[in-house]
Amino acid sequence: MKKLIFEISQPGRSAFSLPPTLIKEQPLENYLPKELIRKESAPLPEVSEVDVIRHFTHLSQRNFGVDQGFYPLGSCTMKYNPKINEDIARLNGFVNVHPYQPYNTTQGALKALYHLELLLCEITGMDQMTLQPAAGAHGEMAGLMMIKAYHEAKSDHKRTKIICPDSAHGTNPASAAISGFDVVTVHSNDKGLVDINDLKELMDDQVAGLMLTNPNTLGLFEEEIMEIATIVHEKGGLLYYDGANANAILGKVRPGDMGFDVVHLNLHKTFSTPHGGGGPGSGPVGVKKELIPYLPIPIVKENNNEFYLSYNHPLTIGKIRSFYGNFSVLIKAYAYILTMGNKGLKEVSENAVLNANYVMSQIKDDFIVPFGTSCMHEFVLSGQLQKEKGASTLDMAKRLLDYGYHPPTIYFPLIVKEAMMIEPTETEGKETLDEFIKVMKDIVAEVDKNQSLVHNAPHTTVVKRLDEVMAARKPIVKYTP
Amino acid sequence: MNLVPGLLYSKEHEWVKVEGNDAYVGITNYAQLQLGDIVYVEIPEVDDNIKKGEVLCTVESVKTAADVFSPLSGIITKVNEELDDEPEKVNEQPYEAWLAVITMSDLTQLDELLDEKAYAKYCEEEE
Repeated sequence: MKKLIFEISQPGRSAFSLPPTLIKEQPLENYLPKELIRKESAPLPEVSEVDVIRHFTHLSQRNFGVDQGFYPLGSCTMKYNPKINEDIARLNGFVNVHPYQPYNTTQGALKALYHLELLLCEITGMDQMTLQPAAGAHGEMAGLMMIKAYHEAKSDHKRTKIICPDSAHGTNPASAAISGFDVVTVHSNDKGLVDINDLKELMDDQVAGLMLTNPNTLGLFEEEIMEIATIVHEKGGLLYYDGANANAILGKVRPGDMGFDVVHLNLHKTFSTPHGGGGPGSGPVGVKKELIPYLPIPIVKENNNEFYLSYNHPLTIGKIRSFYGNFSVLIKAYAYILTMGNKGLKEVSENAVLNANYVMSQIKDDFIVPFGTSCMHEFVLSGQLQKEKGASTLDMAKRLLDYGYHPPTIYFPLIVKEAMMIEPTETEGKETLDEFIKVMKDIVAEVDKNQSLVHNAPHTTVVKRLDEVMAARKPIVKYTP
Repeated sequence: MNLVPGLLYSKEHEWVKVEGNDAYVGITNYAQLQLGDIVYVEIPEVDDNIKKGEVLCTVESVKTAADVFSPLSGIITKVNEELDDEPEKVNEQPYEAWLAVITMSDLTQLDELLDEKAYAKYCEEEE
C-alpha cells in the first residue's frame, strides 16, 4: 500500500509560492463574521508539488476504465468513448463561454443545445426534451415531477401510486418514493416479462404511472408493450421509459411509438459520454405534447434563427439544476450523434445485440440461463450451479479482476439468484469477447478443480478481497491520525 | 431448514410469535440466508397503524435491500432498537432478533399463516 497523502505530510512543506503583491493584506475579520472563522487551522496535508503529482498519478493508475480494458457491467453500457467527443467539447467557443453572457454572444452554444434536443426527440419519438437533468435518476425525478404536475393540473389528486416491475432498476422505486409516490410492484411472469394480469389488477385510478425499461433488466424485450400501454392509459395513468437500456433499441424502435409519455436517456450510457468516475452524467428527459407545459426551465427557443433561453412557462416544475445542464457532456453526446449519423446509430444497437447474444451463446451451458434463449443488448446468468459447489457469484466476480476485467453487475436483477448481468456493448471486437468467454470458462473450471483460487480472489490487485460487510456495518469515512 | 416449532410463518418469509394480542415479528432463517450479510435494519415507527401486506420496514444487506411485509394488521407497539447498532443479529439469531411487536387488530389473520411444517414445504418448493 502506498502511504496516504496525510501520512507523507511534513509541517511547513508546501507546493506553492505566491509572487509579491501590491495589494495590502487584510485580516479575514474584515470580510467574514467572527463566528464563521475557524479557530484552529484544518489538518490539511502539507506536501510539495512532486508529492501531489505522485499522489494523483498513483491514484489514477489504480483506476479501471474502458480505456484500459473490457468492462461488461450490465445495465451500465460501458462503451468506448470516442476521443473526437472530447476534441469537440474542448473547442474554444464551447469551453470559454460563461452562462451569464448575453445571448447574442453565445448563439453557437445555444444552437448546439437546440439541435441536440431535436435529434434526441427524433431518436426517442418524443415532442420536446429538457437537457437539464444531471444524470439518469435526476431525469427520473424530473419526469415523475412532471407526471405529478400533469395530474394535479387536471385536479386529479388521488393518483398517489407509481407501479414498478420487480425487475426494475433500483432507481425507479427510489425516484418514485423521493417524488412523494407510493411504490407498487408488478410481478414478472415465467418468461421474465411484466405479468399482464397482475398489471391489470394493480392498475386503478390511483395510479399516476408505470415506470418501465424496455428491454428490461433481464435483457428481454417487453413484447406486450402496446397492451401494457393501453392498460395504463385506459385508467388515466402515464408511461415512463427508463432509458438505461436504450442502447438495445437505438434507431430500431422508439419509446414514443411504444406509447411512452415520458422518457429519460442516459447520455453517459447510450451516447458515449464518460461514465462512472469519469462523469458527470447527463439525463435528458423527453415528453409528449400533453406534458410540454411542465418541462423544467429554462428551455432553449428559436426565433428567426436566433436562439434564446425561455423562462416564461407558468406550469413548469421549475428549475432543477443550476444553469443549463452538464453542458460539456451534452456537447460530447451531440458530437457522437453527428459522428455516427443515422446509419451508424442503427449499427450501434445491431452490434450491441449481436455481441451480447454471441457471449451468451458461448457460455450459456456453463451457467444457468433463467430466462429466454436469446437476448437484447445484455443477458443475465445465474451462478447457482457454482454456488452449490461452494463458489458464489461474488467469488467469481472477484476472480475476474485477476484476469484484468471489470466484473459484470452481480446480484441484480433481484429476481434471479446469484445473478450475473453481462453487457458487452457494441464497441468490443470478437477477439475481446472470445478472450472473455475463455476466462469465464476457465473460472468455471477452477470452481471444480482449484476452488481456493476463486474463494480467495483477487490475488493480483493492489488490495486483496475487501471486507464489504464490515465496510457497510462499521464504515470509517474520514482519516484519523 | 432451521425452524422453531410454535412459531407461525408467512409466505414472504416472516415469522410470528403470538403472546396474547401481541405478535413479535421477524424474518426467517431462510430469508436471512437469501439476503446475506445484513448491514442495516430500518426500525419501524412505534404507534404506526399497519395493515397486513404493507411494508413494515426495509432490511439492507451487502447484496440488496428488501422490504419486510407486515404479516398482520394492527398497531406497532414495540420496536427492537438494538438492531440499529447490531443489524448482524438478524443473521446470527434470526428467531431472537424480532423487528417489531404488533398489537393485532384481527386475530383471524393468524389462520392465514403457515405452521413450521407447511412453511418448510413452501421453502422447498421455492428452491
